Amino acid sequence: MEITVNVNGTDRTADVEPRTLLVDFIRTGLKLTGTHIGCDTTSCGVCTVLVDGTPVKSCTMFAVQANGSSITTVEGLKQNGALAPIQQAFKEAHGLQCGFCTPAMMLVGSALIEENPNPTEDEVRWAISGNLCRCTGYVNIVKSIQLAGEMSSAASS
Amino acid sequence: MYPRAFDYVVPGTKAEALDILAERGSEVKVLAGGQSLIPMMKLRLASPATLVDINRLDDLDAIDVQNGHVRIQALARHADVVKSDVITRENGAIASAAPWIADPLVRNRGTLCGSVAHHDPEGDWASVMLAVGASAVVESRDGGERVVPITEFLVDMFTTALQPTELLTEVRVPRYTRGGGSYQKLERKIGDYATVGVATHLELDDAGTISNAGIALTSVYPFNLKVPEAEQLLIGQAPSTELFAEAAQIAKSACDPSTDVRGSAEYKRDVVRVFVERGLAASLAGAREN
Repeated sequence: MEITVNVNGTDRTADVEPRTLLVDFIRTGLKLTGTHIGCDTTSCGVCTVLVDGTPVKSCTMFAVQANGSSITTVEGLKQNGALAPIQQAFKEAHGLQCGFCTPAMMLVGSALIEENPNPTEDEVRWAISGNLCRCTGYVNIVKSIQLAGEMSSAASS
Repeated sequence: MYPRAFDYVVPGTKAEALDILAERGSEVKVLAGGQSLIPMMKLRLASPATLVDINRLDDLDAIDVQNGHVRIQALARHADVVKSDVITRENGAIASAAPWIADPLVRNRGTLCGSVAHHDPEGDWASVMLAVGASAVVESRDGGERVVPITEFLVDMFTTALQPTELLTEVRVPRYTRGGGSYQKLERKIGDYATVGVATHLELDDAGTISNAGIALTSVYPFNLKVPEAEQLLIGQAPSTELFAEAAQIAKSACDPSTDVRGSAEYKRDVVRVFVERGLAASLAGAREN
């Protein structure tokens, strides 16, 4: 089936089998390997992408379902070639160790601060509760997302 | 992991969807949120020949009040239920359960109706629907619409009264004037099945007497267990801590949990008792507020 999906601002048309998972379309079809596969069973959240701005697990959606949608992957976060606030904040607040969960954490974080630029610690922890990190203990991930919110607010005021 | 190959159909109207169901029947699965169906297909526990994706149908995602009941349509996501002012105002048990369904990412896709139709025996929504006395509205091309009380809709684990030619279009929940409800859930981590879940629902009459009550349990029986003996004990009585404790003891005796990685049977039984007491107290507080 032919689908057209806007990925990180560019329309991409491809012929995919209906059973192709969105994550495999992104990684194998589009060669955007920043979106990771962890558990492959809807548990870990590392395959998170934004579909029309909403974070979803791309291992639990078929590519054909995204026909006509806009998708943001971690590769689409940068703004005019520079790091987006969420990326800058993860760097500054040391929000990662091995980095495997980081693309997903940044996408969930960016969707959260889009809706709520000054989230409390509890609100951040709630928002990322579908995303596993096995290194950090989450403390610096929470700090990074809060810092990104502050940076975004400062930039827009 | 890949599912087996399937024929993917995207109907543009509900009538078209019902046509496909009427023609292809048991080889079809309806795809709404897909948060249980897709994992099952990947594990090849389910291999439908045809997937009917209803996500592009219009006018099927409402959460509103209609003809004296609360209506939750087939494409209303768990996240929509969490955010719904109608649900916050109209039904304590549903409002209380919604944030504890799965995790935020799954809530963005998965639907309440899909969860009820899937009827995972450890799912949370079925217990809530049993406690609040919901009905399932199903439609088919040749049979029209039928409204099935939830107690008849939920047949057994992973089995409902939904026929292969039918689409679950909405869940209906009766409104109340003075009511409240709660969902108490113990889980090891966000996204895990409940170790124990307890849905409670109470309605009061003008004198403050309990006029309606609902109690249903998750993950402590082979399927979601409604506890009519405990509900009957409450109806017609003045609410009190002692009465709630007695109802909790009945629920504790009615359940039959298994010892597993989530806890011992003895522990789960006692959590049922504690949760019924807490849930009824929370439901009463909610009922007295409105």
